[in-house]
Amino acid sequence: MKYFLQLVLAGLTKGSIYALIALGYTMVYGIIKLINFAHGEIYMIGAFTALIVGGALQITTGLSPLTILAISLAAAIFFSSGYGVTMEKIAYKPLRNAPRLTALISAIGMSLILQNYVLLAQTSDFLPFRSMIPNFPFLTPGKSLVTTTQLVILITTVVVMVILTLLIKFTRTGKAMRATSQDKVMAQLVGIDINKVITFTFAVGSATAAIGGVLIANHTGQINFYIGFLAGIKAFVAAVLGGIGSIPGAVLGSLVLGMTESFGAGYISSAYEDVFAFIILILILIFKPSGLLGRNEIEKV
Amino acid sequence: MLKLDNIKTYYGNIQALKGISLEVKKGEIICLIGANGAGKSTTLMSISGIEPPRSGSIFLEGIDITGMPAHQIVTMGLSQVPEGRRIFPQLSVLENLDMGAYLRRDKEEQKRDLEYVFDLFPILSQRRNQSGGTLSGGEQQMLAISRALMAKPRILLMDEPSLGLAPIIVQQIFGIITRINKEQGTTIFLVEQNANQALKIADRGYVLQNGMIVKSDTSSALMADEEVKNAYLGV
Repeated sequence: MKYFLQLVLAGLTKGSIYALIALGYTMVYGIIKLINFAHGEIYMIGAFTALIVGGALQITTGLSPLTILAISLAAAIFFSSGYGVTMEKIAYKPLRNAPRLTALISAIGMSLILQNYVLLAQTSDFLPFRSMIPNFPFLTPGKSLVTTTQLVILITTVVVMVILTLLIKFTRTGKAMRATSQDKVMAQLVGIDINKVITFTFAVGSATAAIGGVLIANHTGQINFYIGFLAGIKAFVAAVLGGIGSIPGAVLGSLVLGMTESFGAGYISSAYEDVFAFIILILILIFKPSGLLGRNEIEKV
Repeated sequence: MLKLDNIKTYYGNIQALKGISLEVKKGEIICLIGANGAGKSTTLMSISGIEPPRSGSIFLEGIDITGMPAHQIVTMGLSQVPEGRRIFPQLSVLENLDMGAYLRRDKEEQKRDLEYVFDLFPILSQRRNQSGGTLSGGEQQMLAISRALMAKPRILLMDEPSLGLAPIIVQQIFGIITRINKEQGTTIFLVEQNANQALKIADRGYVLQNGMIVKSDTSSALMADEEVKNAYLGV
C-alpha cells in the first residue's frame, strides 16, 4: 500500500511539472494556433537562471534558503518571460500570416538555437543543483510518504492554476485573451490590441514554465541543456491528451500522463518510463484526436 | 464624418477595390448596395483597418486614419458589425457585450448602456448568461449590434445585418437601426444586398459594382432608377 501511495505521489509530482509546462503550449496554441516547440527550452532556461542566480547568492550571501529560492524564482520568471516574448517577436510574429507549417519549422529552429546556446554558454555536463527548499520539520525524511520538495511542487502548481484560472475568467486581459483566441478579426474590431495579448500570453506561459523548471531542478538536483527537450515533448503530449487549446485539459492531461508514467515505471519497468508518454500520444491521436476535454471545431454558419 | 478618397485595396495580387470615393455626413444613414463580390465587405474592412488600402486615404472627422491599426480606429469612435456577426461563441452574452465596451473605463455609463441595449433587445437580457454560440441567427445579429453599441460609437458600420434572417426579424432589425440613429444620433453606414429594405431607411445610397462606385444619389432617386430597379430591387 505504501508503495502504491508513493507511486501516486510521484505521479502527481511529475504531472504537476508537466502541467506547468503544458499550460504554455496550450495557451499559445489557443491564441495563435502554433505548437511552440521551443517552449521546453524556456523551461530549461528557467532552471538555469535559478541555478546561476541561486548559486551566486548561496556563495556570496548568507541569506536564508527560502529567500534565495524566492529571488531565484523571480529571476527565472523574469528571464524566461523575456526569452519567450523575444522569441515570439523574432521567430513567430513575422510569420503570422504564413502557412502554419512555416511557423512550426521556425519553432523547431528556435528550440535548437536555444539548446545549443545554453550548451555553449554553459556545458554539456549535468550540473548539480543544490536544493533551495529546506526540509519541513513535520516531514521526517525516510518515514513520511511525501518529501518536502514534492509537497512544495504540488502546492505551487495548485496555486498557479487557481491564479491563472481567475486571471482568464474574470480579468479584462483574460477576457481579451479568450476573445482573441476565438476570433482575431473581431477582437481587433472591438478594440483589442492583439499584439499585446499575444505578448502577454507568451509571457505568462513562459513564467509558468520557468516555475516548473526551478521546481524540477530542486527536485532532481541536477540539470543540463537538454532537460527541456524531453520535458517539452511530454508536456506537449499532455496538452494534446487533454485537448490542445483547453487549459483544464492541459492540467488533466498532465496528471494522467504523470500517473501513467509513474505506475508504468513502478509496476512494469522503469526502463520503459519514457515510452508510456508516446504510447498515450499514439492512442489519443487514433481514438480521440480532439483530446479528453478538447472540443471538435464546429462552426455555426 | 467619414470620407473615403480613391481607396484601392488588394488581396494579394487581386484588386478588390478600384478607387472608391464616398462620404458619410454626421447623423446620416448611408447605404452601400451591390451584388455578391462587388467589394462591399472589403470596403468596410478597409475602413476598419483590417484590410488597409494600398493607396488612397480614409478620413474620420477630418483625421487621416489610413493605415492606423484596427484597435486604434475603434478608439476614435468607429465600430463595425461585421458580416456573419462574428459573435465570440464561447463567451456568454454578457461577456460579449463586455468585450464591446473593452476600451471604456466608465463603469456607471456602461451599466446604463447595457440597460439601453437590453431595452432594444429584451431577448438578450433573458439570455445573458448563455454562451454566444448557442443563440439563434437573429439573436446573434441582435447581440452583434448591441456589442458594437457598447463601444458608444459615433459612427457604426454594418455589414449585411439582414443576411440569413427571417423577414419578420429583418423588419425588427431595420426598425432598431433607425431607432439607434434617431435616439443616439449615431451615424450609420450600412452595407446591404437587401437593397429594398436598406434604401427605405437610408438617406442616401451608393451602388458598388466590381470594386467601383457606379452610382450615388438620394435613396428615393435610387429606388426610382431603372437600372437599380432591375439589378437590385427585383422589380
